[in-house]
Amino acid sequence: MTATALLPVFALMTSLTAAVIIFALPEQKHRLRTFVNLTAAILKLLLVGLMIRGVFQGKAYGIAFPMIPGVEFVLRADALAMLFAGLSAALWLLTTVYSVGYLENSPNRSRFFGFFSLCVASTLGIALAGNLFTFFLFYEMLTLSTYPLVVHRGTEQALRAGRTYIIYTLAGGAVLLFGIASLHVLSGDLPFRPGGHFADMAPDLQMPLTIVFVVLIAGLGVKAAIVPLHGWLPVAMVAPAPVSALLHAVAVVKAGAFGIVRVVFEIYGLETAGALGLLSGLAAIAAFTILYGSVMALYQSDLKRRLAFSTVSQVSYIILGLCLAGPVGVAGGLVHLVHQGVMKITLFFCAGNYAETLGLHRIDELDGAGRRMPGTSVAFTLAAFGMIGTPPLAGFITKWTMGTGALAAGMDWVIAVLVVSSLLNAAYFLPVLRRIWFGEQKDPWREERQWGRSETSAWLLWPPLVTAGFLLLAGLLASAPFSPLGWVELIITREVNL
Amino acid sequence: MTLWLMAGLLFTPLAWAVLTLLTGFRRGRAITWLGIVIQVLVSLALWAVVAAEGGFQYPLGGWQAPLGIELRMDGLAVTFVLLTALVAAASGLHAGFYLDPDKDWHRYFWPLFWFLWAGLNVVWLGNDLFNLYVGLELISLAAVGLVALGGQSEALRAAIRYLMAALLGSLAYLLGVALFYGQFGSLSLSGIASALNQDIAVEGSGFALILMFFGLALKTALFPMHRWLPPAHGIARSPVSALLSALVVKGSFYIAARLWLELGATLGSLALAQLLGVLGGMAVFWGGWQAFRHSKLKQVVAYSSVAQIGYLFLLFPLTWNTTEAVIIQAQQAMTLQVISHALAKAAMFLSAGNLILSVGSNRLNALAGVSHFLPFSLFSFGLAGVSLMGLPPTGGFAAKWLFLQASLATGQWWWLVVLLGGGLLSAAYVFRVYRASFVEDSDIDHFFHPSRRLEIIPMILALLSLGLGLMAEPVLSVMALAFANGEGT
Repeated sequence: MTATALLPVFALMTSLTAAVIIFALPEQKHRLRTFVNLTAAILKLLLVGLMIRGVFQGKAYGIAFPMIPGVEFVLRADALAMLFAGLSAALWLLTTVYSVGYLENSPNRSRFFGFFSLCVASTLGIALAGNLFTFFLFYEMLTLSTYPLVVHRGTEQALRAGRTYIIYTLAGGAVLLFGIASLHVLSGDLPFRPGGHFADMAPDLQMPLTIVFVVLIAGLGVKAAIVPLHGWLPVAMVAPAPVSALLHAVAVVKAGAFGIVRVVFEIYGLETAGALGLLSGLAAIAAFTILYGSVMALYQSDLKRRLAFSTVSQVSYIILGLCLAGPVGVAGGLVHLVHQGVMKITLFFCAGNYAETLGLHRIDELDGAGRRMPGTSVAFTLAAFGMIGTPPLAGFITKWTMGTGALAAGMDWVIAVLVVSSLLNAAYFLPVLRRIWFGEQKDPWREERQWGRSETSAWLLWPPLVTAGFLLLAGLLASAPFSPLGWVELIITREVNL
Repeated sequence: MTLWLMAGLLFTPLAWAVLTLLTGFRRGRAITWLGIVIQVLVSLALWAVVAAEGGFQYPLGGWQAPLGIELRMDGLAVTFVLLTALVAAASGLHAGFYLDPDKDWHRYFWPLFWFLWAGLNVVWLGNDLFNLYVGLELISLAAVGLVALGGQSEALRAAIRYLMAALLGSLAYLLGVALFYGQFGSLSLSGIASALNQDIAVEGSGFALILMFFGLALKTALFPMHRWLPPAHGIARSPVSALLSALVVKGSFYIAARLWLELGATLGSLALAQLLGVLGGMAVFWGGWQAFRHSKLKQVVAYSSVAQIGYLFLLFPLTWNTTEAVIIQAQQAMTLQVISHALAKAAMFLSAGNLILSVGSNRLNALAGVSHFLPFSLFSFGLAGVSLMGLPPTGGFAAKWLFLQASLATGQWWWLVVLLGGGLLSAAYVFRVYRASFVEDSDIDHFFHPSRRLEIIPMILALLSLGLGLMAEPVLSVMALAFANGEGT
C-alpha cells in the first residue's frame, strides 16, 4: 500500500480528525477551534488538489477492503469523483470562513462545527465511494450529521423542520437500501464502472432490473429533491444560512444527484438505461421538477424559501442533462453540478448577510439594500443573472451546452423547457434585484449591526465575493482545461464512453 | 496453558462471588476490579488461542462425555465469552462509580454480578442440556437479585414478576430436557444430534423441542411474552439494566439458537420456523411502537430491547430448509446482531444513567438543555442509537444487511418489511430523544455533573458497536472457526 493509494483516506481523515478535535475542545476555545477548522479545510483542499492533478495525469488512487462478507469498502478517485470532491473541498473552506463570522457570539458552536466537519467528511466519502455499498454508508452518515445542523437553533420551528427532514431522508435511505440489497442479490457486489455492468444482460433480468432502477432513483430522489419527494427542502430553510448554503449547494441535494449520476452511468450504463426505456421517464420527471420548482419560487415572499424552490428546480437540470444521453447534453448536466453549487452558495451567503447585518428576511424588505451593502448585492446580482442564464456567466454555459445536446439528441422539447425555465428564473429573480438596486428604503433596517466602514464583517463579505468571482470565471474561461466544463469533458472522454 | 485459561475462566467468577459476599461495598469493589482484570485477560487469551489454532472440546477434569462434563470452545462460543467480558467489565466499572456505597444493600451487587458472569460462561460453553439449564438458572436468579437491588417497592414488584416468568421458563425448558433424556438417554447436544442423524427420531421429540423453545422464548422476552422485561429493565439501576439487556436475554436466546441449528433440521418444521419469525417481527413493531410512546427515558431503552430481540428470531425462518450459504449468512447476521445490540444497548443504558443522574429525572423532556452540560454522554447515547437504527457503518447495519441478503436469497420478502420498517421505527424513538435534547429552554437550573470516568465507559462501548460494522469480516472469520480436529460444526 503506497502513499498515493492512501491519499483518499488522508483527505477523508482531515475532516474526520477535525470533527473529533472540535468535539473534544471546550465550548469557549473559539480561536483554537477556528484554527483547527481552517487548517483542516486548507489541508483537505490541498490533498484534493493533489489528487485532481494525479487523476489528470492518469494516476489511480484507491483502497479497498472487505467489510461484511460479500461486500467491500471501496474508496477510489476517478475523474467524476474529483468533480464532486473538488467542489466540496473548495466550498467547505469558504463556508467555514463564513460560518465563523455568522455564528460569532452564538451558543453551541462546538456542536455546530463538529457536525459540520462530519458532514463534509461524508460528502467527500460520497464522492470517493467506489461501489454502491460504500456510497450508501456515507450517504446515511450525511443524513445523520446534517440533522443537528438543521435543528441547531433548537426552536420549535427548527425542531419541526428537523423532523420533516429526518422522516424524508431516512425513508429515502430505507428505500435506497432496499434497492441496493436487491441489486446485490441479483448480481453481487458491483463496483462503479464506466459503461455499467448490464450491457449484455440476460433477458429475464430486464424486469427486475427495471424495478430496482425505479427503487434506486426513488431513494436517491429524496435528497435530490425531485418532485414529489422535495417537501423537506423548503422546510429546512429555518437552519442557519451557512447550513442552508451547504445543504443546497454542496452536500445533501448534490449527494442525491451525484448518486443518480453514478447509478445511471456506472451501474446500469447510459445505453442500457436507455434501452430499458428508463431515461425518458426520468427526463419527464426532471423536466416537470424544473418547471414546478420555478413556478413555486414565484410565490414565495421569504428570500430563503424562494431560493429553496429555485434549488428544487435547478438540481433537476443535472438529471435532465443525463437523460439527453449524448456527449454534449451529458456535459451540460454534469457541469451544472458545479455551476449550480457555486451560484446557489453565493445566493445563500448573500441572503445570510442581509439577515445578519440588516435583519432582513422577506423580499419586500430589501428595498435599497444595494446602497447599504454594495459588495453583497453585486455578488447576489451576479449569481442571480447566472441562474437566469445570462452570458458569460456559469449558468449560461450550462444552458447553452444542454440546449446543444438536446438538439443533437433530437429531444427538441427540452429546449422549450430550458426557455420557459429561464423566463421563470428571470421572473422570480429580477423583482428581487429591482428592489435591491432601485427600491427606495422605506423603513429603517430591522436590526442593523455596524462594522465600522465596512458593510458587514469581513468573514461574511469575502466568501460570497470569491464565489461570485468563481461563477464569472467558470463562464469566461469555460474552454480552459481546468474549468468545470473542461474537467467534465475529460470525464466524458475517459469514463462515460459515449 | 489452555488448562489454566479454562480454569481461570470458569472458576474466577465463582471464587470472586464468594469473596465479595464476605465484604462490604468498597472492599468488594476493589476485589471485583482485580477480578475483572483477570477475567478480561483470560477471555482475550482464549480468544487469541481459538483465533490462532481453532476451537477445541474441553473435558472438565479430564472426564470425557457422556460421563463427565464436556465444554465446547468453538469460534462462536469464544466470541461470546469475549463479548461478555467486555460488557461485564464496562458495567462493573461503571457500577463501582455509579452505585451509592453508603446504601447497605448495594454491597450485594458484587456477588450477584459474579454469579451472573459465571452463569453466562457456562451457557456459552455448555454442550449438554442439563448444564445449560444450570447456567440458565444461575443467570436468572442472579438477574432477579440484581433487579431487586433497585431498592424501592416498585423494583421488588418488577423483580418478583421477573422471577415468576423466569421460573416458568426454566420449568418448561427442564421438562423438555427430561423428555429428551427419556427418549435418547443422552443429555449431550451433539449426542442427540448424531442420534437423530441415524434416524432414531422418536415420536414426540418435536413436542419436547417446542416446550424448550417456549421456555427459552419466555426468558428472552419474545413478543407476546415480553411483558416482564420493560418494568424489570426500566427500574433496575443503570449498570444492571445494561447487563440484563446486553447479556442476560442473549443467554436464553443462544441456547434456543444452538438447539435449532443442531436439531432444527430434523425436529423443526416450517410452521415453527415461520411462527418464531413472525413473533420476532411483531416484537420489532410492538416494541418499537411502545418505545416511541413512552415518556420515560429508561422505558424507551427497555422497549427498544424488546424490538431488537425480535430481529434475532429471524434466524429461525432464514435457516429452515435452505442452502448452506444462506444458513451461514443468517447465522452471521444473528451473531452480529447479538454483539452489536449488546454493545449498543449497554452503552445506551449506561449513558442514560449518566443523563438521569445529571438532570435528576427519568422524564424525556427533562433532557432539554442537557447538550450544554453533558454533551459527551449524549453523544454516546446518540452513537449507540445509530447502531440500533441499523444505519451504516455500525454493527447493527452489518447485521441488517446480512438479514436482508438472506431474506432476499430465500425469497422471503416479507422480512424486508420488518427489517426496513423496524429500522425506521427505531429511528423514530431514537430521534425523539435527540429532539428532546436539542430544546434550548430548560426549566432545570441545576445540573449535576457525573465524573468523567462514568462518561468514558459508555463512549467506548458505543464506539465498539460503531466499529463492528467496519470490522465485521475479521470478527466473523473467528466466529466461523470450527473445532481444530474437525469434529462438530
